Amino acid sequence: MEDIGLWGVPLAILGGAIRVSTPFIFVSLGEAVTERSGRINLGLEGTLVFGAMAAYAVAVETGSPWFGVLAAMAAGAGFGLVHGWICSFPRVNDIAVGIALMLFGIGLAFFFGKPYIQPSAPPLPAIGFGDWSDIPQVRAALNVNVLFLFGAALALALWWGFKNTKIGLIVRVVGDSADSARAMGLSPTTVRLFATAFGGALAAIGGAYLSLYYPGSWNERISSGQGLMAVALVIFARWNPIGCFAAAMLFGGAGALGPALQSVGVTQGYYLFYAAPYILTLLIMIATSSPGRQLAGAPGELSITK
Amino acid sequence: MTDLTISRRSLLKTTAAGAALGLAGVPAFSTRARAAATTVGFIYVGPKDDFGYNQAHAEGAKALKAMEGIELVEEENVPETVDVQKTMESMINLDGASLLFPTSFGYYDPHVLAMAKKFPDAQFRHCGGLWDKSKHPMNAGSYFGYIAMGQYLNGVVAGHMSKSKKIGFVAAKPIPQVLNNVNAFLLGARAVDPTITCQVIFTGEWSLAVKEAEAVNALVDQGADVITCHVDGPKVVVQTAANRGAFVCGYHASQAPLAPEKYLTGAEWNWATVYSMYAKHALAGEPLPNFTRGGLSDGFVKMSPLGPAVTEPARKQFEATLAEIKKGGYAVIKGPLKDNKGKEIAGAGKAFPETAIELESTSFLVEGVLGSTS
Repeated sequence: MEDIGLWGVPLAILGGAIRVSTPFIFVSLGEAVTERSGRINLGLEGTLVFGAMAAYAVAVETGSPWFGVLAAMAAGAGFGLVHGWICSFPRVNDIAVGIALMLFGIGLAFFFGKPYIQPSAPPLPAIGFGDWSDIPQVRAALNVNVLFLFGAALALALWWGFKNTKIGLIVRVVGDSADSARAMGLSPTTVRLFATAFGGALAAIGGAYLSLYYPGSWNERISSGQGLMAVALVIFARWNPIGCFAAAMLFGGAGALGPALQSVGVTQGYYLFYAAPYILTLLIMIATSSPGRQLAGAPGELSITK
Repeated sequence: MTDLTISRRSLLKTTAAGAALGLAGVPAFSTRARAAATTVGFIYVGPKDDFGYNQAHAEGAKALKAMEGIELVEEENVPETVDVQKTMESMINLDGASLLFPTSFGYYDPHVLAMAKKFPDAQFRHCGGLWDKSKHPMNAGSYFGYIAMGQYLNGVVAGHMSKSKKIGFVAAKPIPQVLNNVNAFLLGARAVDPTITCQVIFTGEWSLAVKEAEAVNALVDQGADVITCHVDGPKVVVQTAANRGAFVCGYHASQAPLAPEKYLTGAEWNWATVYSMYAKHALAGEPLPNFTRGGLSDGFVKMSPLGPAVTEPARKQFEATLAEIKKGGYAVIKGPLKDNKGKEIAGAGKAFPETAIELESTSFLVEGVLGSTS
């Protein structure tokens, strides 16, 4: 292994952005779709943990990580449908339901996940984009998992789809004004049901990435709140899928800063470096907020903006 | 009751066992007089198959299963909150437990103390060394092991196996016990080659899977080729390091099955020694010691069998050092020794064996460790 010294820091941030960001990407894209339809699903942390468990269990049983991802998506969609269904009743608070489902998802994942802590599951494949390099560190940093690429493509597709497709328009109209949607003959409840299910399926893919690739094992503490942070990222990204992708990369990279700085000898105050992603979020939130107007880009039907 | 989180797989098994237990309760079918049995309760903060801290305790508990006259009750995933009081209470009231081992550090104050006052007839022994004769109830107590010597032996093997002369340590928090382990790991390696350095990365939490994996990646990127750790569940560290092609030394329990080729050896707890000692006393009706400590030479700590990659010179020095340690009185921290800021820790001729009280408040990293405690 060559000595790369201080180059290790930018490399670690790049590598970390790619490695750590994927769960954030999927959860925030899923939540962006759900919130664009006018509903908040705070339960995605539970969906993420359950998705991690389901993917790992199915991958262990079938020997195929892809069946694991599919199982996670199905489970995640199921959680989304439950959330959407409960919220379709009058005067149900979507935030409270989300918190209940978060605890339910985590509890259920612990319950079913017990026998899968010890076995090893086959990991998801990665593509070595750094194979041109002789430096092992670069090769390791650019070893990109296929789910990350899928997430990037999905961010683009959703961004384009919101603007240019009929489905995108339907979701946006339902999210901005339920009355207009009804006037157009759309059922906001049905649209939100499917948007929440879609969001749940994506969040569960994020969980599958955690358990099947990085860090690549199932245990009950696999997620350290990624699902919750990703929900916050959506607001940070102003409900824009490309913004979600960028925010997730930023978060991943900032998270890699602490260990990387310690490894090159910047060891004083590492607790502060670990807080970097949150400080960054706070600063950007403060810089872009204004007391005079509503959050730009916020769907009009969201319970937090109404 | 033995397993609150019932899995699908073990549901049938548990139900069957439950039925059997139910039968055993009826005197006519009982094979063992109920009164003679001592029920021992074990409480874990996480899953008991975590390849780490909890697994080490569960393996120790398993040793009691074979003992005649001992009934075992276990509960996993009990948080360090008032939940653990409820668990202890139900073990005492419903299962008839008379000896309890709440194994996680944070259970002690105030939870174990409160229960020890409430149930003066039950015995509580807590892992960690917090029991204080002048302040705490006499039916409570502490047991703990000196495991730094195990990390020293890890270091000896690492020193032989490292080509880059740089080894890495993923640590949770800079508390004395963790710092002793980091120092011992480096000093073990320096007993082989005094030019070796050890990079330490603190993650700040006992269990933080993604950060632990990032820490391993950062260490390997900086050239470390043997990695060890002190976190609650070393599974992620071991797997990530092996995937990056580095050798690993284990901690808490054996992680050899996770990386059979890359696993060199590991410092493991051998709680079976402690638990069977307590159980024997309890069965004989003798008082249980309140304060128990020991290290490798007392059988409280053991080493994982050496892995296939370990070379012959490494094996020789490992075995020689182990034999030396088992004689007792071996000191890892001995002068002349400086910390990594250049301050003298021990002058020539001064030595701190593992039992030295000074090592319980270690706040330094020795010279050769790259890292800082704050």
